[in-house]
Amino acid sequence: MIDIAAAAVDLGGVRVVDDVDLHVPVGTWTMLIGPNGAGKTTLLRAVAGLVDHAGTVRVDGVDLAALGARARARLLALVPQDPLLPPEMTVSEYTLLGRTAHLGFLGRTGARDAEVVRESLVRLGLLGLADRALGSMSGGERQRAVLARALAQQAPVLLLDEPTTSLDVGRQQDVLDLVATLQTERGLTVLGAMHDLTLAGQYADRLALIDGGRVIAHGRPDQVLLEPLIAHHYRARVRVENVDGAPVVLPARAASPR
Amino acid sequence: MNGASSRVDATSPKATAVPTTQPDSGAPVASRGVPWRWMLAGFTVLIAAVLAGLALGPAGISPAAIGSDLLGRLPWLGLGTSMSQLDATVVWELRAPRVALGALVGAILAVAGGSYQAVFRNPLADPYLLGVAAGAGLGATAAIAYIGASTQWLPIAAFGGAVVAVIAAYALGRSVAGGRNTTSLILAGVAVAAFLSAVQTFVLQQNSESVRPVYAWLLGRLSTSGWSDVTLIAPYVIGSLIVLLAHRKVLDVLRVGDDEATSLGVSVTRVRLIVVAVATLGTAAAVSVSGLIGFVGVVIPHVVRLMAGANYRLVLPLSMLVGASFLCLADVLARTVLSPAELPIGVVTACVGAPFLAVVLRRVRGGDT
Repeated sequence: MIDIAAAAVDLGGVRVVDDVDLHVPVGTWTMLIGPNGAGKTTLLRAVAGLVDHAGTVRVDGVDLAALGARARARLLALVPQDPLLPPEMTVSEYTLLGRTAHLGFLGRTGARDAEVVRESLVRLGLLGLADRALGSMSGGERQRAVLARALAQQAPVLLLDEPTTSLDVGRQQDVLDLVATLQTERGLTVLGAMHDLTLAGQYADRLALIDGGRVIAHGRPDQVLLEPLIAHHYRARVRVENVDGAPVVLPARAASPR
Repeated sequence: MNGASSRVDATSPKATAVPTTQPDSGAPVASRGVPWRWMLAGFTVLIAAVLAGLALGPAGISPAAIGSDLLGRLPWLGLGTSMSQLDATVVWELRAPRVALGALVGAILAVAGGSYQAVFRNPLADPYLLGVAAGAGLGATAAIAYIGASTQWLPIAAFGGAVVAVIAAYALGRSVAGGRNTTSLILAGVAVAAFLSAVQTFVLQQNSESVRPVYAWLLGRLSTSGWSDVTLIAPYVIGSLIVLLAHRKVLDVLRVGDDEATSLGVSVTRVRLIVVAVATLGTAAAVSVSGLIGFVGVVIPHVVRLMAGANYRLVLPLSMLVGASFLCLADVLARTVLSPAELPIGVVTACVGAPFLAVVLRRVRGGDT
């Protein structure tokens, strides 16, 4: 579904993404993992068409470089790392922004748009909050509003950039459960970036470890979440335990002499 | 003007936790149409302002007489008019063009200001900030001081100066940041405006005798206008208003930031270029005739936002009506307060507008707490 070939991005003369090839099959979920500054977000932004890049990104065989913003928005929905939420905008108005690429001449909203917005709000349990201002909502609710907006885009590909930062562990699971449900229900293809390795491994079908702008390892979570790999690339002391068949990455404090 | 204010929308208050589970109440999803009661109120105020502009002045003429005269002029009604020839001339040849000019200028200044604030996501932006006022001022001053142009050429010189100034600011800003960074664009505008203002001051000082007509224009005036001024700028102003109002929904998408607007399907750079170009053109046309009437572009959209909310699909059309009404009423004050002498309308807009903004600001912010 998503085919990234020889992607490279230079930012301010520094090569941030370097010759990345990555294939995300239709209906699957791939999480990019890697240390700060590894190039995860930049790779996602390149896929979303927000930074200039070398190489090609294809979705469903279509080269994204050939598409305008509107056509691209019908293929890819982005949940950004730090969304700008106008505090006075209501949840339903915000969700309707997801319909931008579908609206008619001069931004006319049709019955179909209203229906999709309503469906998205229902799906994310936000219908009761439809007329609430974004500025008055909790972090978890806002993240659901951002997901509702992305859902209203009705794009087959969902890009998630650190969707769970600043959420407590319960809200993190809420958001990831929702994405997992949507992935199965609607056959979405998901490409995300995430810092929590255990959660990434529990939800994604595949992980891609990125460091220095390159893909270091790519495969099932148990093939990527390996102690020596994580320890080396994150320069971290970790233990990886197998809990109920899934890898759990535990940070370990260095033994201190007493 | 700085990074913080250009992201004014991002300053969301610390959220208070509320229960996240809400029953599916079947609450209607808010419609995206223009709330008509606000537009109705705006139209009512505008009609009242226009009537006041026609009726008030040194020669007292009642609104009823104007109304009946207006009906009498409709050919298919066959009503006569009771108004004297002199009164009719005062109303239709002296006051009506001023009212029409005031409405057009007020409308475009307010809508252009609101549009600039949207594309730059900066509450202080308006066409003056990118050099429209400074460019128009220098164009007018230089044309009269050096070319010896007669005052009838003043609008064209002012218009040309304004357009050149904004193109220079835009080119300078783009060369720095490739059009992606709105702050550098505004800084470029500030730099161009400061430079042109300094040159203009120099020219004024060197030619203090010959540029006397420019002073009145610099302070803003609707006074010398006849219908020819109105018909001169009407096509530009009305065309600009139509294009800007057609963009009002896209401007709401820009509120979430350039990157997100792009990922939602908006060609942000193109929209910004179109809106800046059209708003500048309309404003340049307006100030070329009316002079540098300040304050309207920044204050009217803010007053509208404080009263009716921040959605541009409502802010822009309502700003058009409120801006038009505001300038009509300001002109009434300008020609009645010191009658028969006239105040420059720029003085009135600032003297009336600033306290008005303060009152609205206090009332709305006070109501929040």
